Amino acid sequence: MNPAFQGMITIFIGVGGCIAYFHLSNQFLDKVLFPARGPKAGRNINRANMIRPWLFLFPAIFALGLYLAYPVVETLRLSLTDRDAGGAFVGLANYQQMFGEAKFWEALRNNMLWLIVVPAASTAMGLLSAQLTDRIKWGSVAKSLIFMPMAISFVGAAVIFKLVYDTRPVDQDQIGILNAVWLQFSGGPASFLLLKITPAVILAAFAAIVGYVGYIFARPILESRSNGGGAGFAPLRILVGLGALYLVFLSIQSILSLFTADLPYGVPQTWLTIPFWNSFFLMIVLIWIQTGFAMVILSAALRGIPEETIEAAIVDGAGPFQIFFKIKVPQIMGTIVVVWTTITITVLKVFDIVFAMTNGQWETQVLANYMFDKLFRANDWGVGSAAAIIIMILVSPILIWNVYNARKEMK
Amino acid sequence: MDNIAGSKSSLSWVVNISCVLLVALWVFPTFGLLVSSFRTTDQISTSGWWAAMFPNEQSQQLRVADPDENRREIDGIFVVEGNIFGEPTGADISSWGTSSRDIAAYAPGEVADLGDGETFVIEADGAYIWSGNDEQISGRGQRAFVTALSPPEFTLDNYDNILFSGGPGDNMAKAFFNTLTVTIPATIIPIVVAAFAAYALAWMDFPGRALLIAAVVGLLVVPLQLALIPLLKLHVDIGIGKGYLGAWLAHTGFGLPLAIYLLRNYMVGLPRDIIENAKVDGATDFQIFTKIILPLSFPALASFAIFQFLWTWNDLLVAKVFLIDATGQTTVMTDQIVNLLGTRGGNWEILATAAFVSISVPLIVFFAMQKYLVRGLLAGSVK
Repeated sequence: MNPAFQGMITIFIGVGGCIAYFHLSNQFLDKVLFPARGPKAGRNINRANMIRPWLFLFPAIFALGLYLAYPVVETLRLSLTDRDAGGAFVGLANYQQMFGEAKFWEALRNNMLWLIVVPAASTAMGLLSAQLTDRIKWGSVAKSLIFMPMAISFVGAAVIFKLVYDTRPVDQDQIGILNAVWLQFSGGPASFLLLKITPAVILAAFAAIVGYVGYIFARPILESRSNGGGAGFAPLRILVGLGALYLVFLSIQSILSLFTADLPYGVPQTWLTIPFWNSFFLMIVLIWIQTGFAMVILSAALRGIPEETIEAAIVDGAGPFQIFFKIKVPQIMGTIVVVWTTITITVLKVFDIVFAMTNGQWETQVLANYMFDKLFRANDWGVGSAAAIIIMILVSPILIWNVYNARKEMK
Repeated sequence: MDNIAGSKSSLSWVVNISCVLLVALWVFPTFGLLVSSFRTTDQISTSGWWAAMFPNEQSQQLRVADPDENRREIDGIFVVEGNIFGEPTGADISSWGTSSRDIAAYAPGEVADLGDGETFVIEADGAYIWSGNDEQISGRGQRAFVTALSPPEFTLDNYDNILFSGGPGDNMAKAFFNTLTVTIPATIIPIVVAAFAAYALAWMDFPGRALLIAAVVGLLVVPLQLALIPLLKLHVDIGIGKGYLGAWLAHTGFGLPLAIYLLRNYMVGLPRDIIENAKVDGATDFQIFTKIILPLSFPALASFAIFQFLWTWNDLLVAKVFLIDATGQTTVMTDQIVNLLGTRGGNWEILATAAFVSISVPLIVFFAMQKYLVRGLLAGSVK
């Protein structure tokens, strides 16, 4: 059957069926099961109203249960079975096999790197963009253009950046803009300024911001020791603090290696094959996309800060940087956390970028692509499910945090 | 905030310039792709797209027209006249030569003496005059090595190839319609299901409501990867197999948490009195829902619709798992681009055009409905 025709029928059946179901079930409830007539009218109405929410909810609960809740359990079960043995229970053999593969550990290491760098960079760039674009007349146009990459598919973005990273042999003209820019450098003072000083400054600023965030998270724990009280969510705070510390260490290490490195000027680089740094070139794609998202949300949050607070600070003589770091950032901290966690979830799910650009070669493998590889290339459902469970474990802190916050709001 | 702080004009200049740089940094990759899609294979492989917008200098080897057909006789001298490019192209010749050993021997308009009275001259716009006796002006046309500044040229051939005339790998028309077929039902059906559930969670009081809301929030976070294998197995077992129906059901299931979350957040904000008055007037819940809540919730419905449309249009993973089988009959645009990256990785004109065709619809939707998209993002994110 022609798929478009099939689609129209499906829409018709889906929408019509839903409306029919709701209408008829409500009618049934009100007219047949618990009619609002006769001596038991009051009791019937109450009973009908107790049941009605479940009528409204039933299709959604069914779909959610089948498509999201049941798979969690089933994937866990599948990860403990072996498909080749006809689905027999093999305990943790899949996990053992997975832990024995070097590609898995490479994927896990890369994912950690992605998880640390991409949300931090996107949020920071988003905050910067929000602050900058809020002050200029053409701010809404600028915001549209920075937000535009969110509408592009990850595959489209992969093509766009493959063109940016393209490499031609040294005797031909470069068509990738990164190599064209790279070939302009020849080791002189401009190269030193742009290729060593500027990245060092950026890395230092990055380390400072991350250190600050880690400090904010860990401060209640440090203070609670002297106060004798307990800080909520202690494990998370410790984790974030340690992560921030590690990131600051990485940044300092990068700055040092930057100054001692002997850069290959004048040679076009195949950017996506340079070990370790190619992951960063892939991350740039996701940062490019997610910054717009961060910018839109943080811009709204910044505009929500009451003006009186800022005015009072200015009257008291605070400079723009002080206002930004001591007043604005703490006030929107809740939103920053939401943006950060949302981007983290996206980072764990992203598989298209790595799949389209390098497919995990040259040490760029990530867990989502690893799982896809196991599932469809190796047809190994056991190990693929095990990889999916690992992704779930990585995501669960955020899940718990979000649910905790939601319940707090309910009260 | 700026009007009370007395902003300095120099600071405002810095902000403006940094904004321009920031926006340029964000826009140039996509712009490069767009420009590349209008260039030919030769152009793309010889120069970067940033050079495409300026006249570029090229050296070519050309021949004058066939002398046996085109020569005229004037006073015993045979002359061949014409334009070295065939027809005037607007190019500006900077130098030319007759031998490959010295391609810049002559300036435009300078007459080359080829010996024994044979002369050859090329003007700056390509017009040439080649004259000599009968024996010289015969056989093959005179060769000329021309270095010219040619204006930027663009072509629509790539789009024609991709959209209409190309071979099975290139032509995206089928993939375009397939993607449309996947996207539209996958956008409409979750809205219907979620709207009812959101109303129940927002305006009906029943035990377990808080638990369900927390469950929805939790399910928002669950990664897609977790659900792929069991659901594929389920689809195959109950007979749906791989196909459009499976993809529609999958997208509905995966999109429901976000839909319920967004719609519920919006519905909670609706004015209570309208609903209470309607109840007092004797309306049933169903009537309140269809006649009051749904029309009032239109902004939230539009927001989610755009989100879901963009998400399903740009999706690769669900399509690969639930829709695309080994026969190659069904394909969506994202999948075709990934295939093109593998098979035609060097043909940037095809890749660029294909990528741009696939991102054009989301971009149009984005720019047209940006307001709703932003509003949807902000719902529940700003604390």
